[in-house]
Amino acid sequence: MVGGYGRGPDILHGVTIEVDRGEIAVIVGPNGAGKSTAMKAVFGMLNVHSGSVMFDGEDIRTLTPQARVAKGMGFVPQTHNIFTSMSVEDNLEMGAFLRKDDFADTMEQVYDLFPILKEKRNQHAGELSGGQRQQVAVGRALMTQPKLLMLDEPTAGVSPIVMDELFDRIIEVARTGISILMVEQNARQALEIADKGYVLVQGANAHTGTGKELLADPQVRKSFLGG
Amino acid sequence: MDILNTLVLLANFVFVPAIAYGSQLALGALGVTLIYGILRFSNFAHGDTMAFGTMVTVLVTWLLQSWGVSLGPLPTALLALPFGIAVTAALVLWTDRVVYKFYRKQKAKPVILVIVSMGVMFVMNGLVRFIIGPDDQRFADGERFIIGARDFKKMTGLDEGLAIKTSQGLTVVTAVLVVAALFWFLNHTRTGKSMRAYSDNEDLALLSGINPERVVAVTWILVAALATVAGVLYGLDKSFKPFTYFQLLLPIFASAIVGGLGSPLGAIAGGFVIAFSEVTITYAWKKAAGYILPESLAPDGLLQLLAVDYKFAVSFVILVVVLLFKPTGLFKGKSV
Amino acid sequence: MNDTVKTTALFGLVAVLILGTGFFQSWNSALGILNMGLISAIMAMGVNLQWGFAGLFNVGIMGFVGLGGLATVLVSMPPVPAAWAAGGVNIWVALLVGALSLAAVILVRSRLPQGNLRAVVTWVLLIAGFAIYRSLFDPARDAIEKVNPALEGYLGGLGLPVLLAWPVGGLLAAGAAWIIGKTALGLRSDYLAIATLGIAEIIIAIMKNEDWLARGVKNVNGLPRPLPYEIDLQADPSFVEKAASFGLDPVTASTLYVKLGYSVLFTIVLLIILFLMQRSLHSPWGRMMRAIRDNEDAARAMGKNVTRRHLQIFILGSAICGLAGAMMTTLDGQLTPGTYQPLRYTFLIWVMVIVGGSGNNLGAVLGGFLIWFLWVQVEPFGRWLMELVTAGMEPGNALREHLLASAAHMRLLTMGLVMLVMLRFSPRGLLPEK
Repeated sequence: MVGGYGRGPDILHGVTIEVDRGEIAVIVGPNGAGKSTAMKAVFGMLNVHSGSVMFDGEDIRTLTPQARVAKGMGFVPQTHNIFTSMSVEDNLEMGAFLRKDDFADTMEQVYDLFPILKEKRNQHAGELSGGQRQQVAVGRALMTQPKLLMLDEPTAGVSPIVMDELFDRIIEVARTGISILMVEQNARQALEIADKGYVLVQGANAHTGTGKELLADPQVRKSFLGG
Repeated sequence: MDILNTLVLLANFVFVPAIAYGSQLALGALGVTLIYGILRFSNFAHGDTMAFGTMVTVLVTWLLQSWGVSLGPLPTALLALPFGIAVTAALVLWTDRVVYKFYRKQKAKPVILVIVSMGVMFVMNGLVRFIIGPDDQRFADGERFIIGARDFKKMTGLDEGLAIKTSQGLTVVTAVLVVAALFWFLNHTRTGKSMRAYSDNEDLALLSGINPERVVAVTWILVAALATVAGVLYGLDKSFKPFTYFQLLLPIFASAIVGGLGSPLGAIAGGFVIAFSEVTITYAWKKAAGYILPESLAPDGLLQLLAVDYKFAVSFVILVVVLLFKPTGLFKGKSV
Repeated sequence: MNDTVKTTALFGLVAVLILGTGFFQSWNSALGILNMGLISAIMAMGVNLQWGFAGLFNVGIMGFVGLGGLATVLVSMPPVPAAWAAGGVNIWVALLVGALSLAAVILVRSRLPQGNLRAVVTWVLLIAGFAIYRSLFDPARDAIEKVNPALEGYLGGLGLPVLLAWPVGGLLAAGAAWIIGKTALGLRSDYLAIATLGIAEIIIAIMKNEDWLARGVKNVNGLPRPLPYEIDLQADPSFVEKAASFGLDPVTASTLYVKLGYSVLFTIVLLIILFLMQRSLHSPWGRMMRAIRDNEDAARAMGKNVTRRHLQIFILGSAICGLAGAMMTTLDGQLTPGTYQPLRYTFLIWVMVIVGGSGNNLGAVLGGFLIWFLWVQVEPFGRWLMELVTAGMEPGNALREHLLASAAHMRLLTMGLVMLVMLRFSPRGLLPEK
């Protein structure tokens, strides 16, 4: 993929990212490397000038983000990712807005995954703690029963304990057969759970491999993981 | 006895009028606050939207009256109201299509939309004056009072009478029904929830597949209904004059801002705060004081804090005080 | 087409329109349009200063224009000694007491720590101050209003030359703008709009109701003029002779003479303000103002005191509107608070600024002339149009009567459409900011 915002200069100069069913793929890299941008390119929030975006064997490059949601992509933005003035349950319901069928089962699955949300289902989402808000955000995206779930720095600003718990949940989600594409600042922990890892530098792939391979790669360790 | 007389006196001249006026303001402010929450601008054309809706209702009422249709004790205008709402909804939807949509697509700054709404205000104002003229129109019929002052005195044997006009009773009942329906819609239907979601977080609403154009259209229909109902109730209670409706813009905006722009609950609270302040501050308390105070302390003056002509000043002062001390309003509104 | 050619062409159009009115209707109405056009142009420049240069959204123009009108009465009318004797001093003492108690409240709130004591003292001061104020004010007011109520019933003015009222009108408006600006300028743009809308209504309400000040809705007629009266001119043999040499009868000649005199006076004021505005626009101050308008945060980060600058420009713009208001009341020769309506005195000026081109002084002037011309001429045109439309109907047909009677309301419709079309297709106006 090569692309950038609007008619501005290209930020991505040839990035390839691939996620298979049920896998967790993690994009890591230094600040300004184009991690979030790469994810937004996959989701259609910026112009991909050349290259392709394939989803389920279909080229979706011309689709709007909304249409991609309908195709089975879920996206959790880094910030402003919940409806703060609405209850947890309404947040989930809005996640399922596109669905015409009964989504009660999916809501139960989300509640099973995040039991705390069931407890607080009638509270305003804005009153929850940081980690709980992220659970609401992920839950909302899961309501469309996506095949691919994209998370933009889901652990930004939460405590280490909450972070571990969130990662556990993400693994659980992947076990249900949903592919996960995630951008992370906490490279080490993220790579530990990753099936695939992509290290981006200045808008291009620098290193690619399984999470374990990358963690073991001396060059990656030296440059990005602090030795 | 004196205490009872005082209470009845106050009920007659303060509580009943203020509750009716407060309901009218609340309905108007709900329209302003919905536009603000969803379309994100202060709609200066709201007073004239009210005037337009009322005008259509008045015209249909006259037509019905000429056919001899009536609702018995209730005003015929109630039958005409749905037509007024429908025509107003059509007008505002059309206005949105030919005027506002362009700026929405451009993501124009809110202040540009406010200026655009000034243009719409001119056109609507001109339209109303062109069709029905600038004069006072009365269209209330049916029973004038639910209870008259004389009947009340006879019933209770008190010196003071309590009169409740049909229009006042009707205003309160209608306002309660409309507000209940609106809140049920916003909190318990998918479309209503999608409106709240859109108002809360536009980008996330788009990501969830909520269609913004549909949300906007539903909003305009609700606003048309609220504005028409508020305008007709105000017209039944007082009278219909286009210029007065334009002037209502100030207390309505004051209500919406005092309550917290974008918050429906706040709009209602704000409406009553403004109405009660206006009425109590411009009411002459002399007679009430005469009942309670011993004769030696009875006041000479009218004990009126401000002349009725300054009622706008009351809404304005409350507005300024709230803005200075609690800029997001009594109920936390949006601050864009 | 380069800018100069375009500007010249558009102002040429204005000249043609006004001259055309002179040839086809009457020179009297042509000069009438010119004079109000000049005043409108000045008001538009004031609003342009606020909106075009600084992005301040003021919809309280009517209030400042009204204050200018009030200044005319207060400066130029002769004082009413009987009214002063009846309660002139007391009423000012009462107002002073009111102001002092407010000042005391502000002082208390800034000195005392937050808590019950402060709340109690605040309320005591407010209630006591209000009670004393009313007990002094009410009898004084009643006494003043009883003095020869048919003609006077107010304190009168200072009896000074009326031209002095113009700068005083500006000062009065500036004072009001200072108070409003101090409280409301920190607020968001739509809150400022509502606040100014409200203050304008209050100013007009005061002018309508405080009879002791300027007779309220009973109006003050016969304001002194800076120019001779028509009657005197007609009685002057040398004037009649000169008029005859132009082939004019004395009555027409005297009206034209007076109107032309106003045109000259107004043009001088317009040119002075335009000159100052152009100078300031291209000075470092003007560049800074536009920098603030375009990016407030960046300007603030660079150490500019944005709020102070805004206050400054808000006061200046309002003062210009006040000046124009005083000029207008002088032209009318009477103060009629009942005729001040926001659509005419606030929103119409906005149409002028939008159509002319916000951020461009010449644009504001052009908008002032063009829109005023349209405002005046839409009415006869509307009537003519309605005559045409209804030509086929029976005389006395209800619809025909209604349409003819409603033609006057075409104005607002037209203004709205002009504004919307302009905003849509040429949002920067006829003469855009450079």
